Amino acid sequence: MILSQFIFVPLLAAFLIVLFARKKENIAAVIALAACAWILIVSFIAFFKLPAHGGMILNNTSGWSIPYTISLILDHLSAFMLIVVNLIAFLSAFYATQYINHFSGKWNFFALFMLMLTGMNGVILTGDFFNLYVFMEISLISAYALVAFGTESEELEAAFKYALMGAITSTMILFGIGILYSYTSTLTMADVGLQLRNAGTPKLLFLVYGLFIAGFGLKTALVPFHAWLPDAHPSAPAPISAMLSGVLIKTLGVYAIVRIFYNVFGAPTVVLQILMLLGTLSIVIGGFLSVVQWDFKRLLGFSSISQIGYVVVGFALGTPLGILGGILHLFYHSIFKSLLFLDSGAVEYATDTRDLRQLGGLSKEMKVTSTTTMIGTLSISGIPPFNGFFSKLIIIIACISAGQIVVGIIAALVSIVTLAYFLKVQKHAFFGKKGSAKVLEKVPFAMKTAMIILAALCLISSAIMIPSIRKQYLNPIVDTVMGKTSYIDKVEPYLDNGSVK
Amino acid sequence: MQNNFPNEGMSVIVKTITRFTVWLIFLYGLYIVLHGHLSPGGGFAGGVIIALSYVHLTLAYGKNFVLERVDKFAMSSLESIAAILFVLTGIVGLYVIGNFLANFMGIGKLYTLISAGYIPMLNIFICVKVGMGLYLVFFYLASFKPQEG
Amino acid sequence: MILYLMCFFLFLVGVYGTITKRDLIKIILAIGIMGYSVNLFLVLLAYRSGALAPILKKGFNVSMVDPIPQALVLTSIVIELGVTALMAALAIRIYQKYDTFDITKIRRLQG
Repeated sequence: MILSQFIFVPLLAAFLIVLFARKKENIAAVIALAACAWILIVSFIAFFKLPAHGGMILNNTSGWSIPYTISLILDHLSAFMLIVVNLIAFLSAFYATQYINHFSGKWNFFALFMLMLTGMNGVILTGDFFNLYVFMEISLISAYALVAFGTESEELEAAFKYALMGAITSTMILFGIGILYSYTSTLTMADVGLQLRNAGTPKLLFLVYGLFIAGFGLKTALVPFHAWLPDAHPSAPAPISAMLSGVLIKTLGVYAIVRIFYNVFGAPTVVLQILMLLGTLSIVIGGFLSVVQWDFKRLLGFSSISQIGYVVVGFALGTPLGILGGILHLFYHSIFKSLLFLDSGAVEYATDTRDLRQLGGLSKEMKVTSTTTMIGTLSISGIPPFNGFFSKLIIIIACISAGQIVVGIIAALVSIVTLAYFLKVQKHAFFGKKGSAKVLEKVPFAMKTAMIILAALCLISSAIMIPSIRKQYLNPIVDTVMGKTSYIDKVEPYLDNGSVK
Repeated sequence: MQNNFPNEGMSVIVKTITRFTVWLIFLYGLYIVLHGHLSPGGGFAGGVIIALSYVHLTLAYGKNFVLERVDKFAMSSLESIAAILFVLTGIVGLYVIGNFLANFMGIGKLYTLISAGYIPMLNIFICVKVGMGLYLVFFYLASFKPQEG
Repeated sequence: MILYLMCFFLFLVGVYGTITKRDLIKIILAIGIMGYSVNLFLVLLAYRSGALAPILKKGFNVSMVDPIPQALVLTSIVIELGVTALMAALAIRIYQKYDTFDITKIRRLQG
């Protein structure tokens, strides 16, 4: 009964906001925050109750049994992703209650935000291929509309570019789903894995691999497909940039790739090699292109491309240490990148500009913002005891111990480049001489609270690395991914292999 | 019924024929929605046809004529209420049977109009939402003036 | 087999239209063509030779084509409708700001 709440509570909140908040705009924030808070509490309950149910909860919709219906499957990886998504969503919604005062149409924002959250929760929970496509499209269409929220000319152009590229690759994913259906005559993920395990690997599957890597790769902003991201991130309002870079890229991209290629297809070696190559290219190109940017949020966008390269390299290694590094970097990156985007939003709210050449000397007037940006910078560069240090160290050690020494050296070098460009941000925006931009208004209370909570989480979340906590909570997640097709064995008792075969 | 904007829209021939065909299109859309569990169609297709009947009226008579007679706020509220009722039907299924969107009404006799559980009800909700939503999208897209901005 | 290759060829026609056309509206139409090609592919997958449409009627006990891809196509058409409506709204707003539909002139974002 818990699992369907993740889908219908934000959906109901979205429609209630449209119904009630058109005349009185303040109700929209109340409904949105209540829904986000409820879902966050339920996701924590689901994560801590999961071991008692044997590691998998399966919930069928409409009372039929799989493979005739859509199932919602919760295992350790899904529970972890749910906590990440809902935590960042709650903090972004809290931040947005006062950030939206600069825009018009509050109820539009919160209704689309709730729809995006529904889509992401659906992608994490679903056990069915076509349902994955439907929920992915729900969250993507809301994201296209939210990127264009300010309706300036550059924002519309960036949203059109994003919508165009997203539409092409979504069609490719549907092509791949069609080919899989024609080969296995079922749509449930576990059943597809079962049929493929019994039938071997036909040559047609390489076309499906290619289509899925292209399709989901654009959502992940891997390197040949990254061109939409540096335009979409500056144009979106700051809480949406935090959601886009912090959770949307990871849910629709990295989580979907890991779930499909590890649990259903059994991690074929050629796919892992391709992902390793694309991940390494992302690290290098994202890192070097962000040194020359002068727009604050555009720099953060290129930095996201680089860090997602780290996560994909971690998952593409295929060893337990690599997967642990990938999972940790996914969690930690969502915290500190959201913190950095919310900081840039606070700077833009106060001084009305994002250009680093015009900012300067803000640390005296915006104390909270400069402190939290410093904490975020230290985390992303990998300085102990902040959380970025542990995840980057694990990824580099995993690379070297798996034999990919070149990748490990590249990862370590680009980490230094990361420190370089973030120090540039600190120098130009906060310390140094006063620039031509003046602080026009002070940062309001809700925005400051959200940033302080995220900065505190940067420190607290490195406590997961304590060995006793790590063994209890993180090892089951690594086992779920490393176990590859044992996901199918766990779902198989529920499969009703009746007379239709 | 008085036409305050006689010079907008299309010619007199189109306006006269529209008076005969608008309600036929609406009726056809309703037929497709209500027989959604017996023949092809269902909620979405019927909703699109009902929206098309409104679009037909708008194209023939002009936007201001329709704006006087149709309340946009009521259409938007009706759309949201239909969506909320859809999700509430799913929640009732959750409490009665234990799965979201489970069938809690009886199945009925095969091939009759009142059968197949809650599917005709869901078809009607989807028809209302899609019809109102699609017409409002068309209306707002047609209201853009080229000089703003 | 030839039919499936023709569907893929139609998809490539759509991709060609997206890349080479200069008018925003033509790009939206090319995305529509890509959507149609995938829908056609899904419906063609369901065909069984000599079978009828999957509608139950009294006294009919013949073999029927597969109804699942038809449900997939219905959902896919709805999603394409949403994306096309959003892109059309964005195109109209872009016309208000830039006064042209030509994409070589809508280039304020660089790099």
